[in-house]
Amino acid sequence: MTLVLSEEQQLLKDSAKNFCQQVSPIGNLRKLRDTKDADGFDRKIWAQMIELGWAGMAVPEAYGGFDFGYAGLGVVLEETGRTLVNSPLISTVLLAATAITELGSEEQKQALLPKIVSGELLVALALDEHTTHSPSHIATTAEAADAGYVLNGVKTFVLDGHVAEKLIVVARTSGDTDSEDGISLFLVDADSEGVKVTRTWMVDSRNAAKLELTKVRVAADALLGQIDCGFNGLDRVLDIARIGLAAEMLGSIQEVFDRILLYLKQREQFGVLIGSFQGLQHRAATMYSEIELCKSVVRAALSALDDPKKSRADIAELASIAKSKLSEVFFLVSNEGIQMHGGIGMTDEFDIGFFIKRARVAQQFLGDASFHRDRYATLNSF
Amino acid sequence: MSELEEFQQHTRAWLQENCPESMRTAMVPEEIVWGGRNATFKNPDSQLWLQRMAEKGWTCPTWPTEYGGGGLNKEQAIILSRELSRINARPALTSFGISMLGPVLLEYGTQQQIMEHMPKIVRGEIRWCQGYSEPGSGSDLASLATKAELHGDVYTINGCKVWTSYADLADWIFCLVRTDSDVPKHVGISFILFDMASEGISTKPIQLISGSSPFCETFFDDVKVPAKNLVGRLNEGWTIAKRLLQHERTMISSFGLVSGQTDRGGTTSIVSTVEGAAMHYRGDTGKLSDAVLRDQIAQFKIDSAAFAYTSERSVEESEQGQGPNATSSMLKNYGCELNKRRYELLMQALGSQGLGWAGDGFEDAELQVTREWLRSKANSIEGGTSEVQLNVIAKRVLGLPDMLSMNKK
Repeated sequence: MTLVLSEEQQLLKDSAKNFCQQVSPIGNLRKLRDTKDADGFDRKIWAQMIELGWAGMAVPEAYGGFDFGYAGLGVVLEETGRTLVNSPLISTVLLAATAITELGSEEQKQALLPKIVSGELLVALALDEHTTHSPSHIATTAEAADAGYVLNGVKTFVLDGHVAEKLIVVARTSGDTDSEDGISLFLVDADSEGVKVTRTWMVDSRNAAKLELTKVRVAADALLGQIDCGFNGLDRVLDIARIGLAAEMLGSIQEVFDRILLYLKQREQFGVLIGSFQGLQHRAATMYSEIELCKSVVRAALSALDDPKKSRADIAELASIAKSKLSEVFFLVSNEGIQMHGGIGMTDEFDIGFFIKRARVAQQFLGDASFHRDRYATLNSF
Repeated sequence: MSELEEFQQHTRAWLQENCPESMRTAMVPEEIVWGGRNATFKNPDSQLWLQRMAEKGWTCPTWPTEYGGGGLNKEQAIILSRELSRINARPALTSFGISMLGPVLLEYGTQQQIMEHMPKIVRGEIRWCQGYSEPGSGSDLASLATKAELHGDVYTINGCKVWTSYADLADWIFCLVRTDSDVPKHVGISFILFDMASEGISTKPIQLISGSSPFCETFFDDVKVPAKNLVGRLNEGWTIAKRLLQHERTMISSFGLVSGQTDRGGTTSIVSTVEGAAMHYRGDTGKLSDAVLRDQIAQFKIDSAAFAYTSERSVEESEQGQGPNATSSMLKNYGCELNKRRYELLMQALGSQGLGWAGDGFEDAELQVTREWLRSKANSIEGGTSEVQLNVIAKRVLGLPDMLSMNKK
């Protein structure tokens, strides 16, 4: 395992950085927010991202992808985190394409993955039903009927749910509401009868939706993965997404910290630069140290995803290490981002506020620090 | 087969042949081999292991062979270290000569100094101690006052050092002395080596809150030292001093944390992991019953794992470059704070069994935890306090302005 980027990865990272800074700076997110954009993301920019191959980064070549590995997707996500790029990269690529790659039948992969890679299809994962992430807590039901299934239930926090043409719905086909057994995944067309999608306006100006499923009928081949035993596969998909999300968070964290440092070296009070105050220096040095740990964890987790020797348990542990660590540090750095900028940090005109808003959403999404510490302890038998 | 693979096979076979069985068990503190003129070996295998490793130069694997070292390149040294940990081999030799003095001698020493001292460090023949801090010069180390005055080609040294680790057992000292009092403090310091058996040196152990006495006060009363023992140029010792501190930080940050396997490096008792101890003393099976402690332990272990990856990354990065740098301050600071957290958690894990001082009613391992907990409080003081490390990061890594120099403007 290597913890430094290869030359190839570094090149990809540089080009992604360039693209995000030039084409999709934070001002773009502000514009989407202020104009109450119907899609909530810029389709022209998304088309350019598709053009760059970002949607196929981790997709196998056999399905139209570029087989560049999750480490490749990770460095792209890191750069999108720096400018808070709002795009279907997390919903459609990191979550849905991963789910289809990991769980799909040959036919499903052939039918869906090339369309995702080419930007023809947006897909969202409908998982959470609660105010807190709890992936085995599934009350949405899917009952076998007429050589297919009928789905009923309510989903929240469905990322990009209002623009997705297809939904991956996690439903219960047997067992108790909290059981890991009896969970199955289904591909549902967003325009099916009985599907009601309500867009929710989130604090980070990204898109999420509430999804109500009322007697939604799907065919037998809508099943993604094995009946009743979808949880293990789902959990692996979530781990990959948690690591990818951690990479995006790493980019945002570094951007906030760079902005803090710049301000400490520019702002004068009491006749000196405020960066000369030890009270601020030590906090900056503490953040620096925590960010160094974050970089190492994200690199380790991403390179583990591309390492066939790593076991399912290794990945699960690394995902929880990464997601909990990055959540804690994003919390710390986004708070300091406001405090160290003083009054100007509180103004909407100044961009730093976008980061604290994104921080809280990213912290919670796919499990917060406390969820992952608990999971880490369980994985380690204590 | 590549050369590296060949080297690995050779190394594995050699270790198989030459590492005594008892050297493949967890280290116990009283069997650590420090070497020196009066070296004692509680376990005779330790002596054998040292001789064999020193013979190959593998006590200092990357030092050049002409100075007695192993002459290995970085890739080979990594392989050796992996093969050693694969069989759980104990360090054959632990010494400040290896971890601190040697690297700066290579950089700043004369050929004569290198030839005189380095082979003896490799073989563990001379035990070194560090003469840095003084009663009036702790964090402000550069204010040190121990004086060296040149008469002919001999320095006369007068003054007092403190926190000299194992000065009472050491053979030689590397010492910071003031050679010019009329210039700013940083530019009147020199770095000098001398024999602790010289006339006029006395040492006095300091008892710590943990009950042990690894440190001394060391007094110099007209100690005569040949001028040729000065390392680097006169009055330029501060540069060497700082370089050595980077090596020291790297060493301290690696204590017991790199392996990541057992939480307390080497030990295998019930208190070897925090979570194991916490569950044992509560009679828990499967899940630790104290939810708050469980969360804190998980956080500690996650931070430890993240730190271990960071140490690894720092090694990978320095392989492409320049040895320890300012990130050594970050690693030192974080590693030490982690170690203190470990012991606070262990104390919580042990409950009242962690509160014993001596005698019946407590296992040796439990008493040891209590002492180690107290000892760990020094981690964030020795080798530069955590606050000093944060200053170094702020200035040298983050480029933040210096308050002191701004005020002087």
